[in-house]
Amino acid sequence: MSNVLMDPTSELSSEHREPLPRPSSLEGLTVGLLDISKARGDVFIDRIEDLMVQRGISTRRYKKPTFTRIAPVELTQQIATECDVVVESLAD
Amino acid sequence: MDNYVLVVKEDCATCRLVVPVINQLSGLFHLKIYSQDNPNFPLNEDVVDDSELKESWSLNIETVPTIIRYDGQSETGRTFGWDKEAWESLTGVSLATDFPDFRPGCGSRTVDPGMAGKLAVKFDRDKLQSRRIATAAEEDDIEACFDRDWSDGLPLVPPTELRVMRMLSGTNRDLREVIGAVPPDYGECTVEKIAVNAVMAGCKPEYLPVVISSVEAALQDEFCMHGLLATTYFSGPMILVNGPISRAIGMNSKGNALGQGNRANATIGRALQLVIRNVGGGKPGGVDRAVFGNPGKYSYCFAEDETNSCWESLAVEKGFSSDQSTVTLFAADGMQGIVDQKSREPDSLARSFAAGLRVASHPKMILAADAFLVVSPEHERVFRDAGWSKQQLKDRLGELLMIPGTELIAGAGGIAEGIPEKFADSTMPKFREGGLNIIRAGGSAGLFSAIIAGWGASGKMGSVPVTREILVSSQA
Repeated sequence: MSNVLMDPTSELSSEHREPLPRPSSLEGLTVGLLDISKARGDVFIDRIEDLMVQRGISTRRYKKPTFTRIAPVELTQQIATECDVVVESLAD
Repeated sequence: MDNYVLVVKEDCATCRLVVPVINQLSGLFHLKIYSQDNPNFPLNEDVVDDSELKESWSLNIETVPTIIRYDGQSETGRTFGWDKEAWESLTGVSLATDFPDFRPGCGSRTVDPGMAGKLAVKFDRDKLQSRRIATAAEEDDIEACFDRDWSDGLPLVPPTELRVMRMLSGTNRDLREVIGAVPPDYGECTVEKIAVNAVMAGCKPEYLPVVISSVEAALQDEFCMHGLLATTYFSGPMILVNGPISRAIGMNSKGNALGQGNRANATIGRALQLVIRNVGGGKPGGVDRAVFGNPGKYSYCFAEDETNSCWESLAVEKGFSSDQSTVTLFAADGMQGIVDQKSREPDSLARSFAAGLRVASHPKMILAADAFLVVSPEHERVFRDAGWSKQQLKDRLGELLMIPGTELIAGAGGIAEGIPEKFADSTMPKFREGGLNIIRAGGSAGLFSAIIAGWGASGKMGSVPVTREILVSSQA
């Protein structure tokens, strides 16, 4: 059920929540590459990894057990702990 | 030419009783009748259906029947219930009745349990200025508050219009009154914004005057809220409540006064912190640069135990009467205990206190941090039995806390920390003049007292404690 709440702030910022700021560069960051286990997703992720490695960017690979369910909490926590940025592939 | 308004409900026996009077009066002059329930009661062509309670609300009706006399648009008198003499006096009509001359009225539907807040939302919602945030259908409201970064880390009560309206019933101050600008963003803080944050903190409406006065005190220049927020030091704002309101709203000044478990203590302090967070934008990792902070930054609020104390309260020391309610804001660190279970003479116990106070912040740190010494009833009894006033104890502590420079200078005791060597021949006080405050609180069993040391930038250069009277609403 939707509800209406009263803004407790001084309303200096938009009521729309912005996504987290994107990094201007990947230099020095660790990029997680998440394969969601959808067919040929690995082809896309492999290519992204090649291009990143060529540029000296540190990458780590992850894989969801199945694309049919959301990622297990352990996996999202592991990625959040080990990476600064994550790229997730959706392919078919 | 006078005209009259009458508010009734059929569900009230007194209203039914006076129907013959209503009929008599409506034949003599224009009598506009509002019925809160059955629009066919009483049988009269001038009855207006007020089952939505709009007129009853705007006329501030608390009892039915209420009859109001107007001269044009101006109200010139009203009476409620059935009091024949009062009705005759109001209307100037000699009333012929065959029933008793007096019957008390019934509660207006506007004062049914929970109704006031609902009607306030229904008819006065436009008075609320705050931006409305619509949550998505699948959003949990408590999670929505977390997601919007309004929380101190604990769940908040979602601030709906109804809850905010109910909170505002705790004060008769104008909800648009600006209490001040809250650092670090210097967002304008109205009574309404305080009420929204007080809802989220879990306050009852009757706590609102304490919260408003706490915000007022925190925003006084001499309290230095901006610096206190921004400091790397341990401190945060502590609220001490004195006077009748602390007892009226059930604050804890006794066992576990500095701990958990009392709604007023827990939520008033939290509300102040939420105002700083949300109205001021002061958040850890942002302008709040505390190395550790302290657990009191969730809520740090308690009352002084003024009952049967042999000492005047802090508020009385500050020039208020014991009939006045006050808040005192102090830039406070966590609490350090003093255990002395053997002293039965005041000088011995004063020496224990001094030894504990001496090490506050650092044994060599002087004239930097103020302190509150919270004396438990069992420790206070030692001074009571000996006839020591609070000032005597303060004077003695002042003597005991004059420290030889040789113990304070850098390098003394093999500790690099310390004051410059040129002070080696001086004797220095631990606290600035007036920097040590003594209050009484705590449980009745236990020969313990507590030191609440202050911000290392206490005093005029930083923060001084600020005491403000709490303006208690006459309606609250």
